[in-house]
Amino acid sequence: MSVLVYLSDFCIPLLLFYMIVYGLMTKTDIYKEFTEGAKDGFSVTLGILPTLIGLMTGVGMLRASGFLETLSEFLAPVAKMLFFPAELVPLVVVKLFSASAATGLLLDIFKEYGPDSYLGTVTSLICASTETIFYTMSVYFMAVGVKKTRYTLAGALTATAAGVAVSTFLGGML
Amino acid sequence: MLNYLWGGMILIAVVYGAITGKAEAVGNAALSSSKEAVELSIAMLGVMALWTGIMKIAQASGLTGKLIKRMRPVLRFFFPDVPADSKANEYIATNMIANILGLGGAATPFGLKAMEELQKLNVAKGGKREVASRAMCTFLILNISSLQMIPVNIIAYRSQYGSVNPAKIVVPAMVTTLFSTLVAAVFVKIMGRKEKTQ
Repeated sequence: MSVLVYLSDFCIPLLLFYMIVYGLMTKTDIYKEFTEGAKDGFSVTLGILPTLIGLMTGVGMLRASGFLETLSEFLAPVAKMLFFPAELVPLVVVKLFSASAATGLLLDIFKEYGPDSYLGTVTSLICASTETIFYTMSVYFMAVGVKKTRYTLAGALTATAAGVAVSTFLGGML
Repeated sequence: MLNYLWGGMILIAVVYGAITGKAEAVGNAALSSSKEAVELSIAMLGVMALWTGIMKIAQASGLTGKLIKRMRPVLRFFFPDVPADSKANEYIATNMIANILGLGGAATPFGLKAMEELQKLNVAKGGKREVASRAMCTFLILNISSLQMIPVNIIAYRSQYGSVNPAKIVVPAMVTTLFSTLVAAVFVKIMGRKEKTQ
């Protein structure tokens, strides 16, 4: 499994290298484009700040009240049968509805257990490989007035379940 | 949705905190969490700006355009009932490439345009407006299976919370994403075939 981590170390440097080489070869004004693009990063990050404040406050309060621990204990027997850590059940459920609320829970897991712990690694993988099913479906289908979504939900849930299962498995090996 | 989710979180926290005698901790958490959110955003500014900057180079150098063209055979495979000259192809490809590169915000407008084009095709073929066509189901299932190759925001969060190696999860995350997309691909192919035989 250390191979995966080893390869991971190279991904970002290689990607940067490739982009620069490609940019230079096509005679792109790379530095100007970069600084311009970086400006967009500011508006993206600052744009999500209000959401982040709201949801981190919500999750922080829930954690402090002891509710998240009680909920995990309550869910533990079911989660154990599925070989899934009970602490992550709230996150997986919330992630179906809202990415930002799930981010709040993700950060809470990082704070409580550390990003490099088993729980931290599995959550990282889950958040990296799943999408918000109900949110995405409602935005896309509502935009064109579709009410009968047929097998979309079943397919989305199947793919998400597969992502969560592989995340749990790989997280245990890293 | 968030009205209930967010409202519920705070209400439950206050009530549960009062019952368990942790009202003070709940109040403190409210104040410290909001501060933390701002600190986190400031820490993330760097990584996000680096990423959007690099992606701007990819765009300006024509790399993303090339990737979008390369999507053609993939689209043929997944959307056999979308004609090759339909604008839907370009929108779907742009949406998918933006998702793969982790530019979620840029992906959505193209995704919505793709849905509009797919709806036109649906109606032209005599389908009902309120019933999703096969192409729409395929598009959304693939989209929801998550396509993002490098989870930049997760890496930034990990580094902010003291990870020894924040990028450790890059390749494992790719494996996971590929697997969930593969499952989605098999699913839409099976459902599509069923539809044809009916």
